Amino acid sequence: MEGAYDNIESKFPGRKIRVLVAKPALDGHDRGVLMLAKALRDAGMEVLYAGLLPTPEKVARIAVDEDVDVVALSLHNGAHLTAFPEVKKWLDKLGASDIQCVGGGIIPPEDREKLEMMGITGNYGPGTPLSIIIDHIKKAAYKKWELELKEKESKN
Amino acid sequence: MPDEKRWIDETLTPWNKGKIEKRVNSSNIELKLIYGPWDVNIDYDKDLGFPGEYPFTRGVYPDMYRGKLWTMRMFSGFGTPEDTNKRLKYLLSHGETGLSIAFDMPTLYGYDADSERAHGEVGKCGVNVSSLQDMETIFKDIPLDKVSTSMTINAPANILMAMYIVVGEKQGVPKERLSGTVQADILKEYIAQKEWLYPPEAHMRIIRDMMVYSTKYMPKWNYISISGYHIREAGASAVQELAFTLADGFEYVKMGIENGLDVDSFAPRLSFFFNSSINFFEEIAKFRAARRIWAREMKETYGAKNPRSMILRFHTQTSGYTLTWQQPYNNIVRTAIEALAAVLGGTQSLHTNSFDEAWALPSEQAVEIALRTQQILAYETGVADVIDPLGGSYYVEYLTDKMEEEAYKYFRIIESMGGVVNAIKNGYLQREIAATSYEHQKKIETGEEKVVGVNIFQKENEQPINILKIDYTAENLQIERLRKLKMKRDERKVKESLEKLREVYLSDENSMEAVIEAVRNYATLEEIANVGREVFGGWKEPMII
Repeated sequence: MEGAYDNIESKFPGRKIRVLVAKPALDGHDRGVLMLAKALRDAGMEVLYAGLLPTPEKVARIAVDEDVDVVALSLHNGAHLTAFPEVKKWLDKLGASDIQCVGGGIIPPEDREKLEMMGITGNYGPGTPLSIIIDHIKKAAYKKWELELKEKESKN
Repeated sequence: MPDEKRWIDETLTPWNKGKIEKRVNSSNIELKLIYGPWDVNIDYDKDLGFPGEYPFTRGVYPDMYRGKLWTMRMFSGFGTPEDTNKRLKYLLSHGETGLSIAFDMPTLYGYDADSERAHGEVGKCGVNVSSLQDMETIFKDIPLDKVSTSMTINAPANILMAMYIVVGEKQGVPKERLSGTVQADILKEYIAQKEWLYPPEAHMRIIRDMMVYSTKYMPKWNYISISGYHIREAGASAVQELAFTLADGFEYVKMGIENGLDVDSFAPRLSFFFNSSINFFEEIAKFRAARRIWAREMKETYGAKNPRSMILRFHTQTSGYTLTWQQPYNNIVRTAIEALAAVLGGTQSLHTNSFDEAWALPSEQAVEIALRTQQILAYETGVADVIDPLGGSYYVEYLTDKMEEEAYKYFRIIESMGGVVNAIKNGYLQREIAATSYEHQKKIETGEEKVVGVNIFQKENEQPINILKIDYTAENLQIERLRKLKMKRDERKVKESLEKLREVYLSDENSMEAVIEAVRNYATLEEIANVGREVFGGWKEPMII
């Protein structure tokens, strides 16, 4: 995920990364998302939590309305292959393809590859150090910021 | 009395120069280097007693595993009702009589297979039940008077229980003879597992209806299994699991008494479900403390006279949370140690997790190893030969007392908030758990808490393991089945019975008969759940983070 803008933060002084954490399916296993939300907040990000049982559409709409950089999705119920791409699809539909989707949960390795190809990155399993996830989300946010810059430049 | 201080001054300090690394367990209880008679003050008859006698600290039955081993109850369920029926028959033909059924997420949340919300989840984490028809298929050719069935179902437990009753009727087995359990512990859903349909008061009323109905008509039916498992998995410490679970239990007891039931008429059917995690002695102490607290409170606070009302019988499952994605075979060892703690803690039944569950739903091979782990414990190790073999250990007795003391601190806090329901509504219990979980994770991040393969002894490249794959055939099949059902059932009867249920829900009458009638007319799970959704509304949890 290395981009052309290596020190992108300096282009947006004082800007905080905004993340929406969500479980976009019938899944109440919220230990992971709650922990992640706290950790991201402690890492200086602005964190929103979509609450329990939002539909993929609702997650995408909150992401757009709240103007987040990253949507962090978590599922432990085996529905990641349908629900994660559904969120991505809705983001695209709402004209917010630049909002980055990252995933996590109980995700078999082969599903990770599939998700990655559909634009959902990370897809970390249980036991992943928070530092790795935080780092990944930072990079994803910077990618979003890069896309914003590029769009601005192309308009000028 | 031996002099601990003298030992520290004369022997320990010269040896280690006063340097001891601080150790705490999951419950943040600081541990000394050694425990002795100076740390415990046991009145044998009052605090421990003999197995099968008050306060049941050493075990609920006089002969424990020498009379009957714990039940090896492996929780399973997948795909279509036919798949599960086949699996259950296989288990029965191999001598199992205790069935345990897992339902998929749509069933747990009260949605039919054809709901938009169910897409991608039908038959994934368990079997799908959208109507009575599916329940008939699951139990086809399985005589319900010959088996006992444990159903892990909570929010829509009344509906699934009604389905089981009607399947029994159709087989000619009256409800009086049905034997089994529905989990139905809604309090822990709000606290931890987060699967509800309605607000807490509405669900409590439905549980009351199930409780009163079962007490009247179904003497062999366990209408609730009070569960700490999920509370622990959500991040609680051992003490929090102990305290919150027992507090839930007392809440149900109070409800029964307030509704005019004699405590001894319903309490003997209450049972529990705990987690067994990786801190070995802490877990054993937790189980022992749980038995003692329950017995004492049931006798002294709730006026139970029958010893059966005082005994805390429990099922245990090893900890899913402690399974690591990294180096998955190590999980076999973790599960074995957790299972051993459950056995030494005196569990009545046990489910051992499979080593591959941080990767996917378990494969057949992994499930077999998990079951074999229990069989090795039972038949080879001798750990089941003597009752409560750690009773009298200074450390274990100290921890048992300490866990009890800490649990009572939580009871007082919950009490001061006006009970469990209020402590859920103000988010206290959920926040306590989230805080413990985050603190624990931070300790793993800093290396203060060590996890093999995760933050010590890591390996660069993980070798992939063979995992179970589930396809989407169940979803399509279940949708088609519902379509056909809706064409052939008597719509007028469906409407009438749902309307009747609405009236009953709006009144304060017992709702079980009305639910049974709706089920009998093949109203679907979601249709019945929707009546409740309309009458009671939904529930949004308070801000936790």
